[in-house]
Amino acid sequence: MLNAERTPLTGKRVQLMATCLCDAFYDDLAVATVQVLEHLGVEVVFPEAQTCCGQPAFNGGDWAASRKVVRHTVKTFAGDEPVVVPSGSCAAMMFHGALLEFEKEPDLPEVEALGRRTWELADFIVNGLGVKTWPGRFDATVALHRACHTRGTGSSEAAAMLLRSIAGLKMVEFGEGEQCCGFGGTFSVAFPNISTAMGDLKLDHIRAVKPDVLVSGDMSCMMHLGGLAQQEGKPIKTQHLAQVLRDALRGGVASSG
Amino acid sequence: MKFQPIDQFAATLPPDKRASVYQSTKATHEKRTKLLFDQFADPNRLREIAGGIKQHAIENLDTLLPRVEAKLKANGVRVHWAATADSACATVLGIMRARGATRMVKAKTMVSEEIELAPYLEKHGMEALETDLGEFIVQIDHDHPSHIVRPIIHKNRREIATSFEREGLGAYDDDPGTITRRARHFLRHKYLAADVGLTGANFISAESGRIVLVTNEGNSRFCLAATKCHIALVGIEKVVARDRDLALLLNLLGRSATAQELTAYTEFISGPKAAAQPDGPEEMHVIFVDNGRTEVLASECREILRCIRCGACLNVCPVYRQVSGHGYRSVYPGPVGAVLSPLLLGKKFPQKADLAKASSLCGACHEVCPVNIPIPDLLLRLRHRAKEESVPSPGTPPMGAWALLASQPTAWKAALAGGRVLNYLPAKLLPVPALHTWAATHTLPPWRGGEFRKWLRQRPKP
Ligand code: SF4
Repeated sequence: MLNAERTPLTGKRVQLMATCLCDAFYDDLAVATVQVLEHLGVEVVFPEAQTCCGQPAFNGGDWAASRKVVRHTVKTFAGDEPVVVPSGSCAAMMFHGALLEFEKEPDLPEVEALGRRTWELADFIVNGLGVKTWPGRFDATVALHRACHTRGTGSSEAAAMLLRSIAGLKMVEFGEGEQCCGFGGTFSVAFPNISTAMGDLKLDHIRAVKPDVLVSGDMSCMMHLGGLAQQEGKPIKTQHLAQVLRDALRGGVASSG
Repeated sequence: MKFQPIDQFAATLPPDKRASVYQSTKATHEKRTKLLFDQFADPNRLREIAGGIKQHAIENLDTLLPRVEAKLKANGVRVHWAATADSACATVLGIMRARGATRMVKAKTMVSEEIELAPYLEKHGMEALETDLGEFIVQIDHDHPSHIVRPIIHKNRREIATSFEREGLGAYDDDPGTITRRARHFLRHKYLAADVGLTGANFISAESGRIVLVTNEGNSRFCLAATKCHIALVGIEKVVARDRDLALLLNLLGRSATAQELTAYTEFISGPKAAAQPDGPEEMHVIFVDNGRTEVLASECREILRCIRCGACLNVCPVYRQVSGHGYRSVYPGPVGAVLSPLLLGKKFPQKADLAKASSLCGACHEVCPVNIPIPDLLLRLRHRAKEESVPSPGTPPMGAWALLASQPTAWKAALAGGRVLNYLPAKLLPVPALHTWAATHTLPPWRGGEFRKWLRQRPKP
């Protein structure tokens, strides 16, 4: 799913696609994303009309409904600036999924153009801006869940690179890291038994290496794993990469979230 | 609320079966990955090239098939074309009857499972004996294979020992060596008595008409050693253009399927025995089987015809690992099966359209596939087709209202504010079934709709 032909970066102004998950649940993650980008000297614009990337309907097979949302997104994110998304899944929807459902549509070129300037956050920082180390301090043992929708892209490696460079932060690897957490959007609703079994397997691997914080570039996986762990009475602390980067700048330990 | 059939199956799968499947698939997957990355600088590039070779072949079937037919005929092989499963079975029966044959020994071939050849032949008074150990056990148990490479991945050796005892193959003994020895002893006599040997083909070269067979037990050789007639069932997508294409494909097949550099036996068969050869089948037939493949070729999912049946996508698939092959109600399970099985049904596609939903779209299958099939994209296309054909899908919430909301910013912002009720109501009181399911197993985060936008508005300008 590599976003190969990317529009080269010019200037330091980006549009933030905050994702519907941040809009509804994880405002602190969106705040952290803004703060991290501004720390890098990037000007962040938030197009007010944004809603969702269209992925739920796309994955469900309702491409007509999904295209409606994607068209709205294309309109909302007009312009030439890079679009930065603190979610590999939503980013991949823009540079891969949407192209599939627009294959036979007359406005495919517009969708492609948006895809070419859409970046997942860690990918943007490391491979876009060329920032390979992160300042500050974060005293914690961290496990990184490599979210699935950016397989084949630079995102997970970029996230790992940034985390490893933070003073005080100890990265731990866990078993079967390439396996999915079982979320998959509506998959977790339509296939609850399989989804929770996958989640439990993932949690077992994670608990075995005893991280202080479980980190991911995709909050949806964290919502699934964190929610599962809490319901089982064995909560784990989860954070998005952006929150760790922001907290490191504050030189502290993990904020709540 | 109703759930998907595969999910229900997973819920009822005995834990020991799940454990057998999980351990075996995980071990094979890990060995495969290590072997490929230890031995090749860039295995992913190889997967792309192999994918290109197969894609070229399936896109040129119209010229490759006549070419391979001519080659086969020149090599002394009789060629048959079977549009459907029934006609393939009938062709095999016809060949056997014409020779007065009654006993067939079979090597492992998925296409024979697909067309249900063995039950068909038995119904017509023929013996059709499986000689691959796994398939043999499936046959004596009247079971179905649950993996395309390891048919008995769901069984443990205690079950197998019990089956052997029941079939009179010796007193209970679950030592794998003993089990293998007993099967070998039993089969040896059958090979000698058989009239016809049936195999599949992993590949067939249009350049030379050579059939390539890979096995680890050598049973396909035995099937052809004493019999006078060889029948090969070949799916039309097995053709490759040139002999040299086989080098890469064989290198990837063994590694992807069983983490072997090369399978123990690789046979190249160019025709019936030559006059100078002392042994071997004097008569050879190749039956090309369509059975829905041309329709797949005409579909938007034609890439699935590149598949070389290595099973790597099953091994890595987290859903397959929870479900085993039987949950897919198909000869081809796992990610490849979730695409191929509904497609092969043609007009009856809706019967298995649910298989394409049984995926979190994690993409692990695409990442391991030796012929680089973008399986998640194909699953998505099938979901779209199911929606277009109005196939009901339990657990998939309707998206119309959501799409309306998500394309109207004002309504969206109002909904963000409205979602706050989540914080005050137990989820099971909410009129959204999807949330009930979720809330049963997950603690939902607090609703914070609109908070980020508020922060943006209120913060001092940077
Ligand atoms: S789809 Fe690919 S990985 Fe799966 S069995 Fe076929 S060749 Fe192997």
